[in-house]
Amino acid sequence: MSELSGEQLYDGPDEHGHFGIYGGIFVGETLMPALEELNRVYTKLKQDPMFWKEFHNDLAHYVGRPSPLYHAKGMTKALGGAQIYLKREDLNHTGAHKVNNTIGQALLAKAMGKSRIIAETGAGQHGVATATVAARLGLECHVFMGSEDTKRQAANVYRMKLLGATVVEVNSGSKTLKDAMNEALRDWATNVDTTYYIIGTVAGPHPYPMLVRDFQCVIGQEARQQSLEQCGRLPDSLVACVGGGSNAIGLFYPFLKDEAVRMIGVEAGGLGLNTGKHAAPLNTGAPGVLHGNRTYLMNDEDGQILETHSISAGLDYPGVGPEHAWLKDIKRAEYTTVTDEEALSAFRFLTRQEGIIPALESSHAIAYAIKAAPDLPEDHLMLINLSGRGDKDIHTVAQIDGIDA
Amino acid sequence: MSRIEKCFKQLKRQNKKAFIPYLTAGDPNIETSLNLMHALVQAGADIIELGYPFSDPSSDGPVIQRAVERSLAKHTSLKGVLALVKRFREENQDTPLVLMGYLNPIECMGYQKFAEDAEAAGVDGVLVVDMPPEEAHDLLQIIHRSELDCIFLVAPTTHEARARKICELSSGYVYYVSLKGVTGASHLDIDSVRTNVNQLKSYCELPIAIGFGIKDAETAAKLGELADAIIVGSALVSLIAELKDGHEYSRDELSKHIALMAGMRAALDRS
Ligand SMILES: Cc1ncc(COP(=O)(O)O)c(C=O)c1O
Repeated sequence: MSELSGEQLYDGPDEHGHFGIYGGIFVGETLMPALEELNRVYTKLKQDPMFWKEFHNDLAHYVGRPSPLYHAKGMTKALGGAQIYLKREDLNHTGAHKVNNTIGQALLAKAMGKSRIIAETGAGQHGVATATVAARLGLECHVFMGSEDTKRQAANVYRMKLLGATVVEVNSGSKTLKDAMNEALRDWATNVDTTYYIIGTVAGPHPYPMLVRDFQCVIGQEARQQSLEQCGRLPDSLVACVGGGSNAIGLFYPFLKDEAVRMIGVEAGGLGLNTGKHAAPLNTGAPGVLHGNRTYLMNDEDGQILETHSISAGLDYPGVGPEHAWLKDIKRAEYTTVTDEEALSAFRFLTRQEGIIPALESSHAIAYAIKAAPDLPEDHLMLINLSGRGDKDIHTVAQIDGIDA
Repeated sequence: MSRIEKCFKQLKRQNKKAFIPYLTAGDPNIETSLNLMHALVQAGADIIELGYPFSDPSSDGPVIQRAVERSLAKHTSLKGVLALVKRFREENQDTPLVLMGYLNPIECMGYQKFAEDAEAAGVDGVLVVDMPPEEAHDLLQIIHRSELDCIFLVAPTTHEARARKICELSSGYVYYVSLKGVTGASHLDIDSVRTNVNQLKSYCELPIAIGFGIKDAETAAKLGELADAIIVGSALVSLIAELKDGHEYSRDELSKHIALMAGMRAALDRS
């Protein structure tokens, strides 16, 4: 391991947005000044207690935070091992952790005087969370979404439209999240003077991975305090699903310096890693450059990005936030996978055991727990980020069951 | 002196502007690309920008996106594009070639191998769209040890301090992006290009090439007056899009098909 102290290891990124060799800013020149400006504005506001006061005020009264830390006794009993605690991000307004970030970035957009907001979305959760804050602030909003995803997340498309957003179907490339992100970057370069781009995860060029993390950190900050209050100590392990990695880093980051706390990120294993049909860059990929940063990517030997597969649209992405790439390399966090099928049975399991319908993304974290918890002692505290609720996935699951829901 | 530098010196002596067409290699296939490159030289191209495909061209508009998709459908690789350059050089040792594309294929090949192979194939310059000066250090170190030029972009959003740094780091020429947007856009404002390019000229010692949004001979002539070179991409790629993949085109047929290029060249010379 590196000779750096814990402070330096975990206090990334550096001023150029690097986490070790990862991160950075890889975009066309047109966007460089806009990113410089965003970094300048955010660096200043980050020091301003009034900014954070407004952020936390919105989180309390609009989002409904703090979200509970729930001791899932039914699940714990059924698994017969570790004590399972669920961080209930599914109870947030709009149904997932995504809104923590859009509330924060909307404040930035306002501070920068932008009149128009754009976003990319996969599952539609980030799109809905963006359309929501745009409606609240009276800003024009365009959401880019791959046409594969508009099909499997039709309810969220309609929600965005109800909220007044324009949903732009993206038909290029693999027609999923990565292509939506390409299209958002193109729009941003074209309308850079008026437009604020709300990236939905801890990816993209610097300063996005940093600022999205900072906004999502409220998850881990609350969870840490709740664990101390409710259990009298810190958890032994943290579990979160990893698409771009925002709910995972939001949970992990405030615990990074608690060296005894294990961290497990769960990527989408799709139909199995050996089939190639998955979305697990940290488990199978190699460092490369996509969407503004250097990170682990799924690409072929010529550097072309591979098509991904996951049952959950929100995890269906060939890259991952650069800070996760770094945490993997320095071995502070571990990254594993569960398959579509395991996620699906976890979806059913949690629904029946706890009366909580999880998002298919979050079901990946639950599936890991189902595999790992039985082998752990009863005094092991496992804290799982339940990043979102499953209402948006009812159709997908019903279809698999052959039911017309 | 690099081939690019020599080219600009010679044009300057003749009081001419450089005409730089862009095409995506492998669209609709490698054979046609090779013939198109020769046809472009016949049409009066001084330098050719040769795009190597990347699956996620986030700075490109729909015309070049589709060209890239056609090229990738043929499994065109960076390696394959270097082989194409080599074949072009068997016949043409004079026209400078600039590779243009995104960073990931180069990262995958490895910077050192890329620079060596590109130079050996007969490439003269490299323009990596998503590699701003801030992230160019490692590749530049390697490129500086080779004969290759490294070309960077200056955009309408670039402020002077950045632009000065970009001019210092560049060699060969500087690519001025004429509009805020992606390739193939059409909201060109010639007055603002004039203002920005004039300012750039006051401290940039390299030739300045203007690209993005040049679709006809008239615009080519107007922008040619402002700088040392013009770059034409989407207008050419739209013509290439009409070619059939299964068909073998003679150079004459291709020349006829891309007659717009010779027209732009002529307009540029009149300006
Ligand atoms: C509920 C939920 N969880 C997780 C994710 C994955 O994103 P991230 O890895 O950034 O948390 C998404 C993305 O859409 C989501 O909707």
